[in-house]
Order: sequence, then C-alpha cells, then structure tokens
Amino acid sequence: MDQSKIRNFSIIAHIDHGKSTLADRVLEITGAVSARDMRAQVLDTMDLERERGITIKAQAVRVTWKGHELNLIDTPGHVDFTYEVSRSLQACEGAVLVVDAAQGIEAQTLANAYLAIGNGLEIVPVVNKIDLPQADPDGTAVEVAELLGDDPANVVRISAKTGANVADVLDAIVERVPAPAGDAGAPPRALVFDSSYDQYRGVVAFVRVVDGSFSRREELQTMATGTRFDAEELGFFSPTMSPVESLSAGEVGYVITGLKDVSLLRVGDTLTSVERRAREPLPGYKDVKPMVFAGLFPTDSDAYPELRDALERLKLNDAALFYEPETSQALGFGFRCGFLGLLHMEIVRERLEREFDLDLLVTAPNVAYRVREKNDSEWREVHNPAEFPRELEEAEEPYVKASIIVPKEYVGTVMELNNDRRGTFDHLEYLSPERVHLTYELPLAEIVLDYYDQLKSRTRGYASFDYDLAGFKPGDLVRVDVLVGGEPVDALSLIIYRDFAYDRGRLLVDKLREEIPRQMFDVAIQAAIGARVIARETVKARRKDVLAKCYGGDISRKRKLLEKQKAGKKRMKQVGAVEVPQEAFLAVLNIGQGPKS
Amino acid sequence: MHLPFCAHRCGYCDFVTAVGRADQHAAYVDALLRELELEGHVLADPLETVFLGGGTPTFTALPELVRLLEALPAADEVTVEANPETVTAELAHALRAAGATRVSLGAQSFQPELLRVLERGAQPDDVRRAFRLLREAGFDNLSLDLIYGIPGQTVADLEADLAAALDLDPEHLSCYELEAKPGTRFTHAWGAELERQAEAMEDYFERVVATLTAAGYRWYETANFCRGDRRSLHNLGYWLGRDYLGIGIGAVSTIAGERRRNTPKLARYLAGAYDRELESLDAGVRARERVLLGLRLDDPLPLAGLEHALDPVGLARVERLGLAERGAETLSLTKRGRFLGGAVTADILAG
Repeated sequence: MDQSKIRNFSIIAHIDHGKSTLADRVLEITGAVSARDMRAQVLDTMDLERERGITIKAQAVRVTWKGHELNLIDTPGHVDFTYEVSRSLQACEGAVLVVDAAQGIEAQTLANAYLAIGNGLEIVPVVNKIDLPQADPDGTAVEVAELLGDDPANVVRISAKTGANVADVLDAIVERVPAPAGDAGAPPRALVFDSSYDQYRGVVAFVRVVDGSFSRREELQTMATGTRFDAEELGFFSPTMSPVESLSAGEVGYVITGLKDVSLLRVGDTLTSVERRAREPLPGYKDVKPMVFAGLFPTDSDAYPELRDALERLKLNDAALFYEPETSQALGFGFRCGFLGLLHMEIVRERLEREFDLDLLVTAPNVAYRVREKNDSEWREVHNPAEFPRELEEAEEPYVKASIIVPKEYVGTVMELNNDRRGTFDHLEYLSPERVHLTYELPLAEIVLDYYDQLKSRTRGYASFDYDLAGFKPGDLVRVDVLVGGEPVDALSLIIYRDFAYDRGRLLVDKLREEIPRQMFDVAIQAAIGARVIARETVKARRKDVLAKCYGGDISRKRKLLEKQKAGKKRMKQVGAVEVPQEAFLAVLNIGQGPKS
Repeated sequence: MHLPFCAHRCGYCDFVTAVGRADQHAAYVDALLRELELEGHVLADPLETVFLGGGTPTFTALPELVRLLEALPAADEVTVEANPETVTAELAHALRAAGATRVSLGAQSFQPELLRVLERGAQPDDVRRAFRLLREAGFDNLSLDLIYGIPGQTVADLEADLAAALDLDPEHLSCYELEAKPGTRFTHAWGAELERQAEAMEDYFERVVATLTAAGYRWYETANFCRGDRRSLHNLGYWLGRDYLGIGIGAVSTIAGERRRNTPKLARYLAGAYDRELESLDAGVRARERVLLGLRLDDPLPLAGLEHALDPVGLARVERLGLAERGAETLSLTKRGRFLGGAVTADILAG
C-alpha cells in the first residue's frame, strides 16, 4: 500500500463520551461491518469492559474510505493504562478527540489530549451527542477549540448514536491527519503497541510498521527483550482476522508469534528482522512497574491452587500484573499482587471473582515505597508493609500529579480534601465560566485509600479526576503494627504518614475490639510504632460459657451445639492463643475503603 | 418416664406438654405401662433409678399417678417432679406410699413478681408449704429447682431467692439460667430484655456457685448442687454416659449404639404408635458424649477409652490457660474451666 493513502488514528475520549459508539459507526459506514451484523461496541471484547464502559485491551481495525486505508487503533480509556495509551498513540499520526456535548471537557479528555499532543499527533476535535436535548454543541466546541488553540469551526459536530455527520469525521481524518512517513526501504522496524494471548496460537502482537516490511515465516526479534520467533502469520483486522503475506511501512496489523509467554513480548518494544536487523529501536520503551500492591487471599484456604492458576491465566494477557506468593499468619496462603493503579486492581479482582469464581479477601492496598534502613546506604523498594523496616533512616513514597475538573462551586471542598490528603496546590484555571481545572501534587498513598469515593461524594459526582505518576519524594512515614494478645498481625500492618498514625491506630484498635469475640482470657489489642504503643484496648475475658441444662432427652442436641462451636473455632484464625474470626480482619481491612463502586 | 400434663404451659417451656386433658390421664398411664411392657426387657434387675418428669407429673390425676408408680419395678431411687401448688398432704403421702424416694420441686423463684413473669402457678408460700408437707410425709431427699436470669431480676432478687431456698435446707438444688428458646412465646415477649441482661448473667452464675458452695453444698454438676453425696443418681447416669430407657411421648432412650425418640404427639401415642426417630451412635460419638457430659461433673473424667475423642492441641491449650488439669488417666476442669465448660469442651473435643 502506498503510504500516502494510509491514515492511522485513535479515538480518545473521557469515559462514556462515546468513543466506542463512534468506532462502531465508523465500521458500519465504511462497510467493514454490515449494519445487520453490528453488535454494539464491536471493539470491546470482554464482558467486563462492556459493563464498565471501558476498554482494557487495544485492537486495531482497518477500514477503507474514499480510496484510503484507515487504521483505527483503539486505546484503553483509563488513567491506570496511561503507558498503554501512549504506546497506542505512538502508532498513530492523528487522534479523534471526542467530547460529550452535554458534559464538556473532563479530566480524561485533558489527559488524553495532552498525551496525544505530546506524541505529536494531529487532533481532529469532535463534539458528540448533539442529538441530546441538553447538548450544548457550540459551547462545547468553543471549550474544545480553546483547549487546542483551534478554530471552533473546525470542530466536527456529530451524533455517533444516530450516525449524523460521522462521514465528516472520516473526511477530516483523510484531510488533516498526515500520512505515515517511514522509510520503506530501511531495515524493518515495528512498534508493538499491544499484545494478547490466544490459547491456541500463543502471543499475538499488535504492531505498527514504521520502516521497511515484514514477511510471513521470517525470523523476527524484539529489540529490548531480545526475544526471537518466527512470524507464523501476519495480517490485519477488518474487523475479523485477515492474513496477508507481508506488512509494510505505515501499515498496522498483527503478528502471530507462537510465543507462550506474554512477558516475552512487551508493549512498547520494537520488532525487527533477525536477518535485516535495524540498528536503533524506536524511542519510548519503558518497563511498566506496578505502583499499587495488595495481598489477595482465598477466603477458603483450600482454594489457593485455584487462585494461583487463575492469576497465571490472567497474567498471560496482562503483562502489567505482578504477583508472588505471600504467607500471612492471619490470612493463610495467598499472593502479593502489584497493579498499575486502583482500577487495574479492581478489574483483576473482579475477573478473579467472576471468571474464576473465587472468593477473595483483599488487604488494604498500599503503594510501592523506597526505603533506606538505619546504617545502610542501599535503597530498596518495599511492596508490603510487613517488609517496611521498623528502624528507618529515610523513606520515599510515590507522588502523582492529579488533575481535577469540577463546577466552580466545588472548588473549596476539593481544595479542602486535597489539603487533608497532604496535597500541594499547583494550578487553577477556568475552562469555562462554570468549570474549573485544578492540579495538585498528591502522595499516591492518599489516593489509593478512598480518595476517589471522597471526591465523588463531596462533589455530588460532578468531579472528574485523572492522575499521572510524578516520581518518588521523601516522606515522614512510619510503620504501624497491630498486636493482638501481644502478637503482631502481619496482614494489618500499614505504612502511614506519621501525623496520621495516631488516629489510624485508634480506629484500627477500636474496630478490632468490636470484632474480636471475648475469649477465655483478657486480650490486649494494641497499635504500635516500633516498641511504642499508640493505642490500646482490651477485650475482657468471658467468665461463663456453658449450657445450663443437659439431661437424657437433650444430649444429641447439646452434642451438636458443641460440635458446631468446635467447627466455629476451627474456622477462626489463630493469632497466638487468640481466636479471631476472619470477618474481623475483613472489617478492619475495609476501614476507610468506602463502599465498593 | 414422661408425664406431659400441665395446668398451664409456661411461656419459657420447650418440653413436650399437654394442658388439662383430665379425661386422658388414665389412657395415658395405660399407654405408658403398655410401652414399658414392650420395652422393659432391656432394664437392669434390680433397676437402679426411675425419674418421673414432665409436664407436671403431680398434675396427673392422683389415682392414675399412684397406679403408675405401683406398677413400676422397684428401684433404689424413684424421683417425681412436682409443682408446689399441686402438693397436698394427701399427694405427699400417696407418693411416699407408692414408692417414690425423692421429689424435685419446681420452685423457680421466691419473688411473686418474677413468678408472674415466668407464668408459674405457685406463690412463694406454696413452695414453703409444699416443702414442709413433703418432709412431713417422710421424704428425706428433696430437691428445689431455681431459675436465674429472669427478666427484671436484680442481684438482690437472686440473693433473696438463694437465701429462701437455703432456708428450707433441701438435700439438692438445681439452678438454671433461663434459656429463652427461639420461637417461644417467652422469647417473643422478653427477648430484648434477656439480651440486654446477658452480660450480667456471668456475675449471676458466679454468685449462685459462690453462695451455695459457701453454704456447704457440693457443686457436683454445672447446674446442680447437693448436700454430702445426695446427688441425683438418675441424672448422674446421664452424665456418666450410661444407657437409659425413656417411656412416654417425646421420651428419649439411649441403648447401646442407638438413640431414639418417641413421637411427641399424644394422640398417636395413645393409639399405640411410637413413630420413633432413630439416631445411630457409633463408638466415636458415644466417647465424645462421655467427654462432654463427664466434664460437667466435679469428679475427674476417666480417660481410658476416650483417647480418640480428644483433640491434643486443644487439650494442651486449655491446660496452658489453667482451665483443665490432667491427673493420672483422668481429666478435670478447674473452677474457672467449669464456668467456661462449653468453650473448654469445644476445645478439647476431637473433630
């Protein structure tokens, strides 16, 4: 294909602004999918994505429009997947920015737009949902044009739902988005912008060829990880898989690698030929590192092998998921898992529960910390409060740059929340007379707790929020241990900003006192920083636990009662001599997590 | 032997009872004797103990009650349960003459207000009078039942009840915490109040034990106290895990590897049907029952043959906590262990 006839683009939008609907309409109008076969939102493959209205895995679809080959590269829509989004955008020359005419610009609109501009993409602004009665197409067009420094007249006003003016979007893509400009004669280079795992065919790489061309059966190599494989099949999606003999500069398609491990082929890596090896990889590859960690334990300890198998299978398709075995004296055998962010964690948890039918106990999430122990010059990274040194020289925690858009009357409450969460004010600007864009620097740990729920409830759901990691910074952090009957409960240890430690410790101890049933002896419940106890409560011993009567007519029933009591005891977790019901841990782990979304 | 007839069904009662039915008392005694005829071959000779429970056995028409007692084989201990308001000089003498050796009197409380809450028919003076009449008829082995934890009962009420009972100098006392069984009328009426006072019951139980042992009674079973060795020999049989034959509606028998329960329906029983519910008890279950029953007693539990019924980890734990003590081949609970007997037993039992 002549590169001048190729256009590669993405659609970017805030959640629910109509990205998937527009993608569906594009497929329909270009004839890639007949209206009859149209399954709403063809590009989203997983049930979960459909329900949440988000897209986890990118795919690319080739359509033709007025003699041009258009490759629509789908991008994940959420903050946790910023890196994946940026790789997808790097595979394009242009991006269609979709904004809901009734909602206006939201936090993810900004994040995505800045990301696209940063990647040098030509933006085609689109105002969607003009058919809605409460739509304000002109006002929204002005907002978008101001954001981009463009003329409101260049903003295409459409209804993806009805199909109105969608053809204009395709024309604009052809007119405004530059054609690819790679060197067709150079040694081949392709950007891996996504991958997925197929049970029968192994890892499938989604690639954008930048230079040269690739042929079927050729031996290929990734430049960062050095993995070699034979290209079993090359092709593109239309939207079904269409094999071809070769993919050349400017084209987007897939490569079936036969690899059995998705981690051998990382998103962002550059693919080249072993025979005709390129000298330099494409820029921008980085190893994504999980930032949020939590322990996942099966509520039924017998389900450990199933949990392990399930994580193994999820990992096939999710290179960003990290896990390693963890043993907790309180919760038994499980895994410490690392996630890109909270949403990623929720998705993994839901998939484990839904697709693998597992009942899970998830510990309070924590972020990755960098620590240096007393009299030690080495920094190390800590993913688990239990590994956090009690004697500390210094510690660092990850920060984010948070971007929040709210109606102006909520600015005060949002600032208050951010101040409570150790935020540093950065910037405030009016997007319109009614709406304000705030940026703050916040510790990631403060967001991980219940920030999003708080933000939503304090702004009646009007706030939109996005964040970007902004590196590690020193923090006055302490490890708080919870001791039951003098024994530390590993699963309840936490790392916290020193000034918050006392209140948090008090809360934990009070909650545990409510949840731990009285035992045959007094049980002390303490929160401590090192050897210093910061909060203490006592569960007083029971003095009586015996059935009043037991005679001949009653022995079977009394025996069954005792057997039930025995079984109840066996279900309890032992902390030293103390029997603690699993629900007690759950209740404590849920403090401050807010209602589940 | 179960005699179900009562003048009134008290709100807290969950026994098999039948109110009134004067016209059926004779037929019921006939039915009891018929069942005894069929099943009596399993009884030891001589028979050790008989217990006539209820219901209110002394509410049964007196000639019928006497006819029943006289038809029974002789035994070392024959106990009849009685409600104070049913006891007359005539009844006391008749029981004695018919072979009863022991009467268990359902006093429950000596406070009029609390007796009203319990829906008991007797007044405090009825208890004292009944007790005197039984003594005068020659009974030298009398037991009183007391209930504590009655809604509205104060510590002073409890002390007064214990003092009034001790005043009568019974050979035996049974003191039960009021159990409100789910679904009973009583629980419906008083459930919230009972829940509110639940924690105070720890203190009440301790007071009962402290007061009665200070008065020289032996705390020989979780809820039972006696002078010298005047234990209830019949009930002791249950706690030692021995076999017994139950006769009457709802009556339970445990014989070797089987436990069975008769129909609780009076009409079926009168018609000669037993509709027995059977439960087979293997050696393991019997051993476990011996542990749970035996640990209710103050006498050490002999461990021979019970090894598989015990959980060594749990046993070590309760020993460490000072709740149980192991002797040579025996196990006994400490005083604190007896107050926590249920939880301790749950720890000790294998399973």
